[in-house]
Amino acid sequence: MDWHFVLSQALTQAIGPTMLVYALGAIGLNLQFGYTGLLNFGQAAFAAVGAYGLALSVATFGLPFWWGIVVGLGAAVVLALLMGIPTLRLRADYLAIVTIAAAEIVRRLFRATVWAEHTGGSDGMREFSDPFFNLNPFPKDASWTFAFVSMDGGRLTVDFGLFDLQYSNRDLWVMTVGWALIAVFLVIIGLLVHSPWGRVLKGIREDEEAVRSLGKNVFAYKMQALAIGGLIGAVAGFVYALARANVQPDTFSTDFTFYFYIVLILGGAARLFGPVLGAALFWFLYNILAQGLSEAINSGLISPEVMNQTQVGPLVFFLLGLGMVLLLIFRPQGILGNRRELMLDVR
Amino acid sequence: MRRAVLLLSAAFAGLLLGLGVNSSAFAQDAFGVRGTLENQQDEPVAGVSITVSDASGTEIATVESAEDGTWAVPLDAGGDYVVTLDESTLPDGLVVRNGRPELEVHISSDRTVLFPLDTQVVGGAGPGGDEPSTSGGDATGDPDGESSDDGAENGENLGEIEDEGGATRAASLLVSGLHFGLMIALAAVGLSMVFGTTGLTNFAHGDLVTFGGVMALLFNISLGVPVWVAAIAAVLLGAAFGWVQDWGLWSRLFKRGTGLVSMMIISIGVALLIRFATLFFVGGERQRYDEYVGQKPWDFGWLVIAPKEVATGLIALAVCVAVGLALVFTRLGKATRAVADNPSLAASTGINVTQVVRLVWTIGGALAAMSGVFLSISDGVKFDMGQHLLLMVFAAVVLGGLGTAFGAFVGAMLIGVFVQLSTLVIAPELKYVGALAVLIIIMLTRPQGILGRRERIG
Repeated sequence: MDWHFVLSQALTQAIGPTMLVYALGAIGLNLQFGYTGLLNFGQAAFAAVGAYGLALSVATFGLPFWWGIVVGLGAAVVLALLMGIPTLRLRADYLAIVTIAAAEIVRRLFRATVWAEHTGGSDGMREFSDPFFNLNPFPKDASWTFAFVSMDGGRLTVDFGLFDLQYSNRDLWVMTVGWALIAVFLVIIGLLVHSPWGRVLKGIREDEEAVRSLGKNVFAYKMQALAIGGLIGAVAGFVYALARANVQPDTFSTDFTFYFYIVLILGGAARLFGPVLGAALFWFLYNILAQGLSEAINSGLISPEVMNQTQVGPLVFFLLGLGMVLLLIFRPQGILGNRRELMLDVR
Repeated sequence: MRRAVLLLSAAFAGLLLGLGVNSSAFAQDAFGVRGTLENQQDEPVAGVSITVSDASGTEIATVESAEDGTWAVPLDAGGDYVVTLDESTLPDGLVVRNGRPELEVHISSDRTVLFPLDTQVVGGAGPGGDEPSTSGGDATGDPDGESSDDGAENGENLGEIEDEGGATRAASLLVSGLHFGLMIALAAVGLSMVFGTTGLTNFAHGDLVTFGGVMALLFNISLGVPVWVAAIAAVLLGAAFGWVQDWGLWSRLFKRGTGLVSMMIISIGVALLIRFATLFFVGGERQRYDEYVGQKPWDFGWLVIAPKEVATGLIALAVCVAVGLALVFTRLGKATRAVADNPSLAASTGINVTQVVRLVWTIGGALAAMSGVFLSISDGVKFDMGQHLLLMVFAAVVLGGLGTAFGAFVGAMLIGVFVQLSTLVIAPELKYVGALAVLIIIMLTRPQGILGRRERIG
């Protein structure tokens, strides 16, 4: 079996466009769950309204691209208000149930056939990403070689011998924007959580009553955290939609939110770089397991009687679920986390 | 592809009901009826004659399906038409699965009419997706038929295409709502009692429902025992699974002092584990038991219902009543309610809290498995059936009041009936949206639910 191919694929993906989506979504979740203790199980809905806000504005209503971004962000704030007002005064598990329900409502509304001529129903939408890729500074047909870095017909190859990284010029543009966004959000979050405002958030996570007794408006702080985290979630939705050049309602299922949680817990909640590290590791593990298993089946290392190609996906997600359970039991702080920071409780 | 067609038909049965609202939205150019005939292996069926006549019975056109299974009849004006498939022209062995080769359709724009073909007849009141259906406009189906879940989900889809009287339809919906409510109740009692006794919101409870359905499938299909034996075995295994979960995982986590939020996220991990293990072993297809699939329904005129629905509904009701009586009158039941009320106080009066929690997990697992088996008897087993039911269970539990067994029952019945009756006014594909919206409104106005007490929300 081709180890070079498997390793290359996994490492290419580990810093590639999809990983950026998980990182951005988990950065938003980190502010909500890691720093404020809000159990938001509807992060997929924020990504969905972001992605659909952009796609609907551009593809259906013909608005300019930047208006699409504004609409997506606005929709995320509205969603945060809708979710937060009924539940932020209640205990954490109620927020969990309501956010999971809200995310499911959003997904079902987007896939409903009733207004499928606007939203595309379960097929989703495309043809909204051209304005974004028109800005692409990476030429389609450049060819050059510099040491171990080569560009061939718009395809960048970085050859490290043991493995190589390969990206199309579209990937490169998405990655440039995505990594820039990650850097910007990390700076913003870093400044926010070390400000007095951020200390109130951590106080709410540790003991809400104590913060309230200091005269802080806990509800307002929670709402702000939910909205800011949701905005970052919507940005994750933009990147996801643009990287794939389509939106599909079923990708924004509750499982999508759960993967954000795996990412966040793997990297370490309430740590600035936790989500980024977690996303890289999560997506690397997913790809190396999926590619490795599928290569092993192709090369006959695993006989088809034991498992076939369609079973690879379920098995990999089974292993990731198992990993998540074991991680939470034995190392709840993840890689970077501080154990004392994560002794959360709802009662 | 057959699945896709079924899902399509189910989804568009819904569209039909809401057609009055949205028919104007469809393109008016290519006007007429059309469709594609495929057998259950997704191969096109050619040479089948289909006749379209108007409401008075005058034949307008007879066409044969082409090599690729498609057929189309252009029409000049809208109105009511009858589309008849001549069963004698079908290839040997194939029949129209629901036994209804003649469909009345109301044409107001270009319309797709689908006849599900199979080698065996399925009862007319067969659940989700088995109804023939018609759809307006462009048929946007799920390309892979995999991720689609709305129409064919949970057998609640009453895709009648004849325009029945409103009262009859309401009666059918009410009864199917009660049935659905009982299924939710079976799952909800366990979820609510686990929450009441331990404080854990168990996101893996829906997958206990799937577990029951899958275990019965294993016994029924792989071991070849009758469905009723398989059902009993599945319920026992569900109880064992609940016991093992508490013994091997949850009770240990409580002893370690793991936080409830961490445990909630662990339960999500457990849910993923069960779901993907099911997908790995069973596959993504909806699978059915080998009995009661094509059951002939009883027709009372005002209500058409399959005997299996009556039987499962009555058993579920009996079980719910038994659980309720046990909670009120037996020592263990009283102890359970005491623990749910205040675990520390219960422990100080000599109640063994650990054992009560273990019992709650066992009973909860058994009831969830029973719910899974009954739902699967109606509409087959699918790996994510429990995941979708879970949100309805949450809605029921929150509506009734988290942590109360009777509240869960009341909430489940209300949600079940509400979900079904709401299809009278909204498209069936949006019925779950309505139920989830109710969940959020309850949160806003009465977060403790109907039977809950105010202090629980803390």
